[in-house]
Amino acid sequence: MENAIEIARNRILTPAGLGDDDLDAVIGRVLGHAVDSADLYFQVSRHESWLLEDGIVKDGSYGIDQGVGVRAISGEKTGFAYSDEIVLPALLQASQAARAIADAGQQGRVQAWQARVGNALYAPADPLTSMDATDKVHLMQAVDAEARKQDARVKQVMVSMASTHEVILVANSDGTLAADVRPLVRLNVSVIAEQQGRREQGSSGGGGRTGYEFFVDQERALGYAREAVRQALVNLEAEPAPAGTMTVVLGPGWPGVLLHEAIGHGLEGDFNRKGTSAFSGRLGERVASEQCTVVDDGTIAQRRGSLNIDDEGTPTQSTVLIENGILKGYMQDRLNAGLSGVASTGNGRRESFAHLPMPRMTNTYMLAGQYDPQEIISSVERGLYAVNFGGGQVDITSGKFVFSASEAYLIENGKVTRPVKGATLIGNGPDVLTRVSMVGNDLALDAGVGTCGKEGQSVPVGVGQPTLRIDGLTVGGTNAG
Amino acid sequence: MSDTAQSLAKSAFPQLDTLQNLTADVLAEAKGRGASSAEAGVSFGAGLSVTVRMGEVETLEFNRDRGLAVTVYFGQRKGSASTSDWSASAVRETVAAACDIARFTAEDDCAGLADADLMVRDIPDLDLCHPWDLTPEAAIELARGCEAQALQFDPRIVNSEGGSVFSHQGMTVYGNSHGFLGGYAGTRHSISCSVIGRHGDGMQRDYWYSAARDHADLEPAEAVGRTAAERTVRRLDARRLPTRQAPVIFAAEIATGILAHMVSAVRGGKLYRKASFLLDHLGKQIFPEWVQVREQPHLNKALGSAPFDNEGVATRERDLVRDGILQGYVLDSYSARKLAMQTTGNAGGVHNLSIACGDKDLVGLLREMGTGLLVTEVMGQGINYVNGDYSRGAAGFWVEGGEIQYPVEEITIAGNMADMFRKLVAVGSDVDQRGNIRSGSLLIEQMTIAGE
Repeated sequence: MENAIEIARNRILTPAGLGDDDLDAVIGRVLGHAVDSADLYFQVSRHESWLLEDGIVKDGSYGIDQGVGVRAISGEKTGFAYSDEIVLPALLQASQAARAIADAGQQGRVQAWQARVGNALYAPADPLTSMDATDKVHLMQAVDAEARKQDARVKQVMVSMASTHEVILVANSDGTLAADVRPLVRLNVSVIAEQQGRREQGSSGGGGRTGYEFFVDQERALGYAREAVRQALVNLEAEPAPAGTMTVVLGPGWPGVLLHEAIGHGLEGDFNRKGTSAFSGRLGERVASEQCTVVDDGTIAQRRGSLNIDDEGTPTQSTVLIENGILKGYMQDRLNAGLSGVASTGNGRRESFAHLPMPRMTNTYMLAGQYDPQEIISSVERGLYAVNFGGGQVDITSGKFVFSASEAYLIENGKVTRPVKGATLIGNGPDVLTRVSMVGNDLALDAGVGTCGKEGQSVPVGVGQPTLRIDGLTVGGTNAG
Repeated sequence: MSDTAQSLAKSAFPQLDTLQNLTADVLAEAKGRGASSAEAGVSFGAGLSVTVRMGEVETLEFNRDRGLAVTVYFGQRKGSASTSDWSASAVRETVAAACDIARFTAEDDCAGLADADLMVRDIPDLDLCHPWDLTPEAAIELARGCEAQALQFDPRIVNSEGGSVFSHQGMTVYGNSHGFLGGYAGTRHSISCSVIGRHGDGMQRDYWYSAARDHADLEPAEAVGRTAAERTVRRLDARRLPTRQAPVIFAAEIATGILAHMVSAVRGGKLYRKASFLLDHLGKQIFPEWVQVREQPHLNKALGSAPFDNEGVATRERDLVRDGILQGYVLDSYSARKLAMQTTGNAGGVHNLSIACGDKDLVGLLREMGTGLLVTEVMGQGINYVNGDYSRGAAGFWVEGGEIQYPVEEITIAGNMADMFRKLVAVGSDVDQRGNIRSGSLLIEQMTIAGE
């Protein structure tokens, strides 16, 4: 990880004429005012995006965001200010504002800087320059052509492709000095198919912490095009979804958004320290059937939700949240871990230098079980088989969560039969996993397009799961009959 | 602490001239690089936000954000770039990046600036800027008072996510190669509170907020706290409902979302992509004939007011829906050209949209409904604009004989939006005035409720 720190020094500190002694001075100035701890978060982020529709690449944009956030912590209080100019006077001004929070606390001083080594899950390459612009345009055109040649009913194809190259450097008053260079690419396809005046949509996509070549390898991008068309054509045949509580079988991969909403947010350390989560104070209790083991793992190579270090400089890890149905742990950042008397789990994340870090998920998934997926479907007399989803939402206090299916089928007499229109599913986080009666052996992670929102901050995340049978989940269709 | 903090916020606020000069520099740079036309926007914002939780300060944040964005056209090819750095070298690099992208994008017949004769001529003063001379100490005291009222409202209020006060002043300038260069400043202040109630094993959380351009127009902080607590307590001991069909009232604070869906469905981007269930509905009946929806961009002090849109086009007052018939779409110049129409001055969205209300308040609407569901919260993104399908999680109250019986949760409500609009029965007089879209509570004849 020396490498990342060197890159960060060269990209962020050196151009601004800042050295380690300046970091000392800025943090020292915050600490001088009875603050327990303080940190600086430097970020330089370059990003681009391209859009194709009507068969042509019609728009592209490029941007640079850079700045530094200064945080001062005194007990449970946080003072925060930031500057989009990385220069010493601006840093000193921001530190002066951030320390305004402290009226009590221990006198502190900066510890000697110690480079912290993180994981090495992705190369520090620049995805923006991983392919030349002509090839980017050709790739998007190939995706458009692939979608259109699948079926004459395809009337609209939109392809968007984007990448980010982000360099961050964290300096904490405990002496932590850590850096990360984070590539991220994403490609999305959405199509509209039309048949006898009826229009339906389908969408697909993927990405990860790598370069654009990811989309060329294994013809991944063309695969997204075919998948988006397949979904749209299925939806052209879909009937109204049923309404009411029934057995639901969730497919593998992206339907893991269930775990993200139903239990993930409720197990974030801030909510549990404050006692505002439906899972507060329930460590050691049964919250799922014994077939369920769920982890949050920030250490999977090249995944969208992975990080070498979190945004507080802590190396990411794999944290067991639920083991054989028993609640084992929460996800923590430094502030909430410290106040709860535990260690950070490397889940301290922030959208940018202009936002405060908080406990966030990375890649959240359930481990594989023993059942063949076909055996699971065969076991259901009447129910819903949902394989693709849009987003979800949770009220962490009441525990109620929703997630919306975009591709689903009826199960009748153990067989997948007719497609039904998308519907929102609703359940109660603390008990939904207790109703998991069969866990498949087909664990899959999502394709790499997930974004999680919390208190107005967006961060990239991943989800995954094997096929699951849930005995009783409410399906919000229109067909109440 | 306040002196340094305050001077930080104040000293940093630039003059309108500074932003206009910068915008002109960007346009000159684009012209120098051979762009046939160009447009640029520059913005600055600064603010303060505090949260007090369980009586103690939790966060004190100072915000200060700069932005600069440019779009260049080489004939019908387009490229865009943005930066937060206002230095001369950053301006050069950003314009160069946009020009570089335009070498690779395709000719697009519809690309370009809005027509020159549509640019606003005299920028009206809409009274949008009311800076609040708020010290961090004063903000903390307000937030503390707000939360304290909520905490002492009822013994069942046992926990809190805090009382918050937010104050922001921003300035935005837009210019393009037609020679248009204009800008204005605006403020937004808010007080909010979110608290948690417990009864037996069940916990519920709810919130309330007040927002205004002028802090003098905010609800008193204590009233915000009390409303948040009242809304939380009334949700305790919620039950589920059996699956059934029933009339539904969307309470005013979420009814605005139903109108927002209507606006989204008539936006140019969705129409030219044929991705809307309201495609080809111009001049057609989409609501009952008594429904009127009006856009009023020039209301003094209103949160959604704007003298011109994101392309410099003069905004104007208009009926979006008259006697239930859709009178116009929500277009910017690009989508208008795609549809062979004229921009409606809505680049960036609508400005102060409201639905004409009836004479019944919420109590009156509940009586009119008799038996049905009052929805006070919706969850999730189960909205499909292509086919109009609507299916969302919901919480609220079961109503019988026109009276609230008990709180309900863990249910969904579903229907098709085209159908929901046609089956609108009444609009309440209890208009939520806080946002860009204003509505009273909406009574809809029937939806499917999924529950037990």
